[in-house]
Amino acid sequence: MNISRRQIMILLPAAAVAWKYVLAGTPEESPNYKMSEHWWSMLIDIPKCIGCGNCVRACQTENDVPDGYFRTWVERYHISDWQMSNPLGLTKPLANPMTDPQVISPDGGKEGFPVATDESGKYFFVPKLCNQCADSPCTQVCPVGATFISPDGVVLVDQTYCLGCAYCVQACPYGCRYIHPKKKVADKCTLCYHRITKGLTTACCEACPTGARQLADLKNPKDPIHEFLKTHSVQVLKPQMATGAKVFYNDLDGSVR
Amino acid sequence: MNVFKDAGHLFRFAGLFVLAFLVFLVVRHYVVPKSFGQYGHYRGAAMGEIAAHQVKYAGHETCEACHSDVAETKNKGKHAHVNCEACHGAQDKHASADDPSTVKPVLPDTSVLCARCHTASAAKPKSFPQVAPADHSNGLPCETCHKPHNPAVDTGGAK
Repeated sequence: MNISRRQIMILLPAAAVAWKYVLAGTPEESPNYKMSEHWWSMLIDIPKCIGCGNCVRACQTENDVPDGYFRTWVERYHISDWQMSNPLGLTKPLANPMTDPQVISPDGGKEGFPVATDESGKYFFVPKLCNQCADSPCTQVCPVGATFISPDGVVLVDQTYCLGCAYCVQACPYGCRYIHPKKKVADKCTLCYHRITKGLTTACCEACPTGARQLADLKNPKDPIHEFLKTHSVQVLKPQMATGAKVFYNDLDGSVR
Repeated sequence: MNVFKDAGHLFRFAGLFVLAFLVFLVVRHYVVPKSFGQYGHYRGAAMGEIAAHQVKYAGHETCEACHSDVAETKNKGKHAHVNCEACHGAQDKHASADDPSTVKPVLPDTSVLCARCHTASAAKPKSFPQVAPADHSNGLPCETCHKPHNPAVDTGGAK
């Protein structure tokens, strides 16, 4: 291919302009989205969860989560009745059901749960995901600045920068991170950052048939979460860890860890 | 008296330090990504890259833009709060195609779909409608009696 001196003179500045955009990184997909106007969180309404696993499947589809790994999963708790007279004839009950709940989560609850036939005690489902902590332990331990809290309150991983050292996987008290088996870097719930910045809700909230999961924007005074938090008994997981967790659970049982 | 007498080796050493510092600045300029530190101790451009990921669930507003008739039927019944893609699965490929009719969504299998939510289990909230599929319909498919978009059984006015 022959390029004349004239063509070079035209191509060079064009290449320089293009290179500038390469250096600046991928341009923002949603130009109207302002990070400073949002502070994302999620509301989980435990009494509404039926354990269908729609959220787990939706998350896997939306985010290409590999089989056997979960950005969100559902646990089923069974708090059995107190066994006051036990077969061994001991003077005190064998176990305290409140501190020894039976928890199952077959394949993260992706295909639902086995039918529970034991009518005793009580059951409930607990969907789990990254708690998008405002003082997150996982971002504090990253040695290279590959994971961070975005200005709109979402804990993200820069996978081009991550070394895969897995310090963050150990630091997360909720077990919400994993090392991606193919990419060999940390992976976690992004609160569907690619969706919420476009005005959509997360894939799990979109797919939830009962409204047990609700995306919420704490910086939006019109968001129904404010009224909900005022009128319901809402908790976060492991408040004693002082992580500033932003996934709020309505009617959470004390046995949930 | 010249205080700089016999101090040449110090200047040479200082020069070496300055040179090394300049090399460090140059290397740093090229090695550290441009947007690192824009918002904090991380690469600011990472957020734009994550936000650019492909959406797969189109969202019910997108579905309803074309299928307003189905949405109207659904919103009259007990499945009003169930979003389209909760049952039909991710449909952005269908929704964002130039001609949506070329990407035909797969019709969900009601025997699997209905059972996933409505199979009776002691673990489910008591107020949630649930049945033991085998006893309930005697093996008949759910849609014999219940239309998924508005599941109430049409009794023709009779109770």
